Amino acid sequence: MKPRIPVVAGLFTEDGGQARLLGGHCPRCGAWFFPKQWSFCRNPHCTGVTLDDAELSSRGRLWSWADNRYAPPPPYPARDPFVPYGVAAVELADEQMVVLGQLATGTDPERLSLGQEMELVVEPLFEDDDGLHTVWKWKPGGGS
Amino acid sequence: MSDVRILGVGMHPWGKWGRNFAEYGVVAARAALADAGLSPSDVQYLAAGNTMRNGYPGYVAGSTLAQALGWSGIPVSSSYAACASGAVALDAARARIRAGQADVALVIGADTAPKGFFGPLPGDRPEDPDWLRFHVLGATNPTYFALYARRRMECFGATPKDFAAVKVKNSRHGLSNPNARYRKLFTEDEIAESPIVADPLRLVDICATSDGAAALVLTSADYAAAHEANSRSVRVAAVSTVTPTYPNTSLDLPDIATDSGVGAPPPPRAFRDSIAHAAYEEASLAPSDLSCAEVYDLSTALELDWYENIGLCEPGGAEALLHSGATTLGGRVPVNPSGGLASFGEAIPAQALAQICELTWQLRGEAGERQVENARVGLAINQGLFGHGSCVILTS
Ligand SMILES: [Zn+2]
Repeated sequence: MKPRIPVVAGLFTEDGGQARLLGGHCPRCGAWFFPKQWSFCRNPHCTGVTLDDAELSSRGRLWSWADNRYAPPPPYPARDPFVPYGVAAVELADEQMVVLGQLATGTDPERLSLGQEMELVVEPLFEDDDGLHTVWKWKPGGGS
Repeated sequence: MSDVRILGVGMHPWGKWGRNFAEYGVVAARAALADAGLSPSDVQYLAAGNTMRNGYPGYVAGSTLAQALGWSGIPVSSSYAACASGAVALDAARARIRAGQADVALVIGADTAPKGFFGPLPGDRPEDPDWLRFHVLGATNPTYFALYARRRMECFGATPKDFAAVKVKNSRHGLSNPNARYRKLFTEDEIAESPIVADPLRLVDICATSDGAAALVLTSADYAAAHEANSRSVRVAAVSTVTPTYPNTSLDLPDIATDSGVGAPPPPRAFRDSIAHAAYEEASLAPSDLSCAEVYDLSTALELDWYENIGLCEPGGAEALLHSGATTLGGRVPVNPSGGLASFGEAIPAQALAQICELTWQLRGEAGERQVENARVGLAINQGLFGHGSCVILTS
């Protein structure tokens, strides 16, 4: 079996078969950040100087979605032939933030509706001789 | 605070020729100077919007254009704020004049655009949000426009037919504009046949990328008064270059996530609303005072968002306002009388200045077939990625 390689390191994990986004959490004000990006809290009302590494909720509600029919320019690793892909914006309740992700393979954008529950999954984005290059995606469902 | 006025405006038409951006910039600058009745030696300060896609000269556009116009020893500045670059350059020039350090400033934006989608600069940069969104998600600019458009459809019942009506309107407005790249009237049927780029948006819903240039001659009120014989000046009543207030929980290019709403009070208004709000405050004007507006229709659906952001109607009211004819030439407050990005395509550092050129012509009554009757107050607005607001209000 080919190794699974995150397309970018440090943004997500699928350890134990559970997909999780890896962000930052401020222990002082409670704010969340994805990506963590910097080591400090960006809340101007907060004096926090360090962020904890933290996993974000892996479920949320669909805020909006788009279905892309044309190959984007590099650095998108477009497959040849190009395969259309959806992008979803999902609102996380606890974090009070919206996080983008591609729609999981096989998702029919025509059947989506605003506010429906979405679940985080990790799937291959593309494949080459080194292995399966993985990314997080949003998949409809996830129970209720 | 002392008044600052626009004494002259000029443009190089929009198109796609692939020439050096300075060639377009010089044409626009000379046209603006001629319009003002001034010569290059009268200019005391030059502010330019940068272009990221033309090598090092593009990053220092102020000096590149100063050299192209013939060095005269004046100080220059180069600003980058993506689509808001022109407004930020204007703001720099206005500050100089207000501080009494110059009476005449030239503001220029010029671009040579690449083909197709805008992509990030080359290189492997996981810490750059612009790189990240392309590499990990394939989230192009049209992807974001489509997310906003879908949101409008779901929240307010907008339809692709509403979006098409924006295109029809703007294409009609642009028909007689000699600086527009596209002078073709679109019909709803043609739009329905246009290929889908990022559902729900079609190719014709999304603005193209163009070459072009625009320039303004900005002066102190006293200088303008002394040169009124040359040109009818208009007043710069407000320049808003606001940034978001934390937590910015609206999805914005190029980020792949919003701020978290936890741990801080929500800002008094959403970012896009705050851009116009700051300008109205500075000008002591209200949306009902507007004669016309130039808004950044990167997509047809976004024009409808702007109606609400600039206070022409309540959230969810844009479709009704559009269909009432109020925003069409001849209506109560024509929007994008120039034809907008639908007729121009986007030339990033020039576009905010092109909006101001149009408003200037409108306020002077020189807009020809696309003239807004009795135009007295004009607003131009856009938003540059990475949190740049841009809103300018001009009065006659
Ligand atoms: Zn904090």
